[in-house]
Amino acid sequence: MHFLTRIILITLISAPALAESEATGKQLYNTYCTQCHGIYGDGWGVNTRDIEVLPRDHTDSGEMSARSDQELFKAIKHGGQAVNKSILMPNWDANMSDAEIDRVVRYLRELCNCEAP
Amino acid sequence: MIQPKLFHLSTVTLLVGVISGFSSPALAEKTAKQFVETNCAGCHALSEPESSTTTRIRERKAPDLYYAGNKFQEDWLIQWLQSPTRIRPGGTFFGQNVVAAEDRDIVPKDKLPEHPAFNASEAEVAASYLMSLTPYDELISSTAYVPKPISGAMGRMNFTKFKGCVACHELEKGYGGISGPEVHTAGSRLKPEFLYSFIKNPQAWAPKTFMSNLHLDDSEVQKLSDFITTLSKE
Ligand code: HEC
Ligand code: HEC
Ligand code: HEC
Repeated sequence: MHFLTRIILITLISAPALAESEATGKQLYNTYCTQCHGIYGDGWGVNTRDIEVLPRDHTDSGEMSARSDQELFKAIKHGGQAVNKSILMPNWDANMSDAEIDRVVRYLRELCNCEAP
Repeated sequence: MIQPKLFHLSTVTLLVGVISGFSSPALAEKTAKQFVETNCAGCHALSEPESSTTTRIRERKAPDLYYAGNKFQEDWLIQWLQSPTRIRPGGTFFGQNVVAAEDRDIVPKDKLPEHPAFNASEAEVAASYLMSLTPYDELISSTAYVPKPISGAMGRMNFTKFKGCVACHELEKGYGGISGPEVHTAGSRLKPEFLYSFIKNPQAWAPKTFMSNLHLDDSEVQKLSDFITTLSKE
């Protein structure tokens, strides 16, 4: 069998299994992020009633397009303090693998409808 | 929400149990197991789920009880099951109950059903069974935590400003985040070792849960645990 065909076949066969076992960026965001960043990603989650620093509005394309994917990844994996922001933005390294965090970064780009600088 | 029809322990079984002081432990255990499976399994996981996924976290109806014996204080269980109060102001998973209001997302009170209440003998029977569910003995026995008195003001600063725990937890009724369990009652609800161990490594207990592991060192976990324990004594 042609090498490429084989790869495509393997991908096709394993795709449904992947879809079931792997959470999408949106699912991960809904599980871990909306509690503070809001169900629409606008920064007004259920936890913001008494919070001292407001969570970033992920739909703000102006602010979000000023951040590289690497910066977003770092803020998510190691928390706000790793990017000189508030400790109220927790680190998520124990909740998600790097691949999962990558998917969340891609989902953030959908939310802001914007590109990295 | 539909409340499952509650199965009451037959008076006979109870009488037998009371008179004999549950002298037949096997029978008592079987009855307790049956009672909990009938009345609680509709909402709570009583054995470890086959796989932990974020979907399960978002969709489960109630907190897991399969490690209840490693987590709770038995006295608290017996009291709470007779007159349950809310523990998670946003519900088991806030996402099931959240609505976007004008200012911010909120969880309307009427979205959260009351927990079923049980009579004293039922509560004791259920608690005794829950206390037998101990798959994480290892996590408890490897935790050497002795609560110490701590300055309330310092503890509070630590919980709010320095560690940011307040973003997800109420440290007094009506103040703090609502997605996590309230912590002002945690000292009387939880085993001290569980409290400590969960802060140290939440994923060891609940792999996909939505609390982060803040990678705190032992002395930081000690201070936070002491603060939370103190809150319950006030
Ligand atoms: C406990 C509340 C809380 C949770 C949960 C939370 N965040 Fe945040 N987040 C914040 C706060 C507060 C800020 C603002 C920090 C600041 O501006 O100093 C923030 C800021 C950010 C930023 C912006 C950093 C920057 O460069 O401005 C990103 C990106 C972000 N969060 C992503 C996420 C993602 C993705 C998740 C879920 C995995 C998440 N957050 C979960 C509170 C939270
Ligand atoms: C209709 C669904 C339902 C049934 C039936 C039910 N529970 Fe619950 N239970 C819940 C929910 C929802 C919560 C979360 C309440 C909260 O956090 O405020 C809860 C919380 C608890 C808690 C505290 C858990 C924690 O981690 O904080 C215990 C203990 C408990 N239930 C025991 C029982 C027992 C024992 C039974 C049966 C005798 C039972 N429940 C039956 C829905 C149910
Ligand atoms: C991003 C939100 C979030 C942050 C930040 C957070 N927690 Fe939690 N916490 C949770 C959730 C959600 C649970 C319930 C987890 C479960 O049972 O699956 C929890 C559970 C707990 C428990 C066990 C309570 C119980 O009744 O089961 C303790 C104790 C606790 N957290 C303390 C802390 C401390 C101390 C900090 C700060 C170092 C902290 N938490 C930061 C969300 C958070």
